[in-house]
Amino acid sequence: MDERPRLSLNVPEPEVRPGDTPDSSRVVIPRAGTVPRPPVDVDPKEIRDLAYSIIRVLDREGEAVGPWAGTLTDEEVAAGLRHMMTLRAFDARMVTAQRQGKTSFYMQHMGEEAVSCAFRMALEDGDMNFPTYRQAGLLIAGGYPMVDMMNQIFSNEADPLKGRQLPIMYSAKDHGFFSISGNLGTQFVQAVGWAMASAIRNDHRISVGWIGDGSTAESDFHAALVFASTYRAPVVLNIVNNQWAISTFQGIARGGSGTFAARGLGFGVPALRVDGNDYLAVHAVAKWAVERARRNLGPTLIEHVTYRVGAHSTSDDPSAYRPKTESDAWPLGDPVIRLTNHLIRCGIWSEERHKQAEAEVMDTVIAAQKEAERHGTLHAGGKPSVRDMFEGVYAEMPPHLRR
Amino acid sequence: MPRMTMIEAIRSAMDVAMGRDEAVVVFGEDVGYFGGVFRCTAGLQQKYGRSRCFDTPISELGIVGVAIGMAAYGLKPCIEIQFADYVYPAYDQIVSEAARLRYRSAGQFTCPIVIRMPTGGGIFGGQTHSQSPEALFTHVSGLKVVVPSNPRDAKGLLIAAIEDPDPVIFLEPKRLYNGPFDGHHDRPVTPWSKHPAGEVADGHYTVPLGKAEIRRAGSAVTVLAYGTMVYVAQAAAEERGIDAEIIDLRTLLPLDLDAITASVKKTGRCVVLHEATLTSGFGAELAALVQEHCFWHLEAPVQRVTGWDTPYPHAQEWDYFPGPRRVGEALAAAMEA
Ligand SMILES: Cc1ncc(C[n+]2csc(CCOP(=O)(O)OP(=O)(O)O)c2C)c(N)n1
Ligand SMILES: [Mg+2]
Repeated sequence: MDERPRLSLNVPEPEVRPGDTPDSSRVVIPRAGTVPRPPVDVDPKEIRDLAYSIIRVLDREGEAVGPWAGTLTDEEVAAGLRHMMTLRAFDARMVTAQRQGKTSFYMQHMGEEAVSCAFRMALEDGDMNFPTYRQAGLLIAGGYPMVDMMNQIFSNEADPLKGRQLPIMYSAKDHGFFSISGNLGTQFVQAVGWAMASAIRNDHRISVGWIGDGSTAESDFHAALVFASTYRAPVVLNIVNNQWAISTFQGIARGGSGTFAARGLGFGVPALRVDGNDYLAVHAVAKWAVERARRNLGPTLIEHVTYRVGAHSTSDDPSAYRPKTESDAWPLGDPVIRLTNHLIRCGIWSEERHKQAEAEVMDTVIAAQKEAERHGTLHAGGKPSVRDMFEGVYAEMPPHLRR
Repeated sequence: MPRMTMIEAIRSAMDVAMGRDEAVVVFGEDVGYFGGVFRCTAGLQQKYGRSRCFDTPISELGIVGVAIGMAAYGLKPCIEIQFADYVYPAYDQIVSEAARLRYRSAGQFTCPIVIRMPTGGGIFGGQTHSQSPEALFTHVSGLKVVVPSNPRDAKGLLIAAIEDPDPVIFLEPKRLYNGPFDGHHDRPVTPWSKHPAGEVADGHYTVPLGKAEIRRAGSAVTVLAYGTMVYVAQAAAEERGIDAEIIDLRTLLPLDLDAITASVKKTGRCVVLHEATLTSGFGAELAALVQEHCFWHLEAPVQRVTGWDTPYPHAQEWDYFPGPRRVGEALAAAMEA
């Protein structure tokens, strides 16, 4: 008889499931302002710690503190708040529109608004994002017309993508927004290729890759890191860790590596973790990484630590796999409330002003929706043509499609 | 007899297989605690434990790759790819590895795995929740390919697939999960609870791989179909008043050629249906076989009705989907020729 202990399979489980009480103390969070800000030309070996910490600017009182603070003017911050509020209002309207049957599907950003909205403000026109379906803040903050987003969502006669794509799988080349794929992870390595092209052509433009925590398990993620590392591509690679991949908690994709950011270390890619619910911190970290890329210093991997407050999509009900109260217990708070408190503290915002802004934002979104609906919704009014289905498979329609 | 939806029947098949054989393990994205986005594995983790039913990282390559390794050890993985549209990252592991393991190791290593995945359109899922990639697998020597069309078959075929000594691609038409959708998207679908094929035995039984079933006996024209198109064919034949013989292939590989030739020799006419794109689709194989084996009995050219040769669109779903109108026209054309 073999007396040695027998092997067994390790299958990670989240600490809480429906019925349990969430315990936010498990998330180790450094105080705001305590993580140092290295120079952008730092040797990646010297900042390995940053892959295990969390860069934060906004403290509990709403004060911007520490070496990462101060990258934006008050006006820019106020504009940022408005972008996040717009995205939230946009989501609310579109979730309702989906319930009303005006579209087939929608995915919202609740809780993650700061990530894409703040990051966009660190980019220049001409840079290119390779987003997932949860970065519409790049479009909103970049001034892309909401009505065009809605036309796509409604698959109507004015849909810029001619009814071909699933709702929210936008594409906006002129706004630095690559066509979204439903196949997870594919865009991450393409971002590296775009950046390599910019380097090949001695350009100034950089690219930005986006991926979810769950999707980092795809091979595309690892291919992206090795190519970025080898060719020192001018790319910023973002992992949005919102703790969940549909019903699967982040521990399944993260495995034993401690953090997602730490994945960059083995590739020699500087890796930073940032409070993804802190608009100012996201912007500061984005600015740092963008400058590195632009100065030909190479790629950066950023893990945005955030929380998916809403359902994965309109086809999902999270109460089946996580406690309903988990989002309330999330220790990094709400990005909109945190930035609002900051602006109030700075004396350039007030509760009253906020209420007014909320109403204005909602009016703008509703006006855009009215305009979009004049062009039709999925099952009513103007539709893309059947011709649109056959066109664009190739530059020139081959004979077998013309028949 | 209990009534089951196709989802429940598939779950029951895995339950029965896991209960009978400890070597059967089930895993995939969202498959463990939650029980799968279509709920096909609900309850299996609770019943059989986390070592036999678990969530995986989002890596289709990883899911199939580790299944092959487990099979080499002696397990029988029955794995889920969340949508057939997401199987491509695993294609190398399926084509170069799973399919050839027995052959290249002269039988030292075999690969008794089942790769389940929802297939087909009709849910406004756009290009990444609607594809029908069966021909990408029937083209590969070493794979078996199954497409059930009702709960009773789904359970029997899935148990047979799990017990099979070779890799099986098990494509589940997601539009049939809850009822026999016939392409009339503007009408409600009868639930399986009101359909005879929704009667599913609780325990163990198999439906053999490689055997087709005649869904509607007829003498005028043979219709070769599988999955959702079986019901579209029935609706079209009914509406046109054409005495079609509708054959549900159930297994594409190995194919029940005897059932096909017997029918076509009787009717002298043949219409081939699938949702997948036309060019190099499985229908081309079927048409070629009919031509090779029934040429002297044919009274009319073999017709194919399929999805168009474009990516699967969103807004134009019902222009793309080969519904009862297009199928009816093909039936009529086959009769006139
Ligand atoms: C290749 C591939 N596999 C599976 C899916 C199905 N799927 C869609 S979203 C998703 C979860 C992704 O989670 P994460 O990467 O964390 O992003 P999040 O939704 O949290 O933003 C899954 C499994 C897919 N779209 N593509
Ligand atoms: Mg996630």
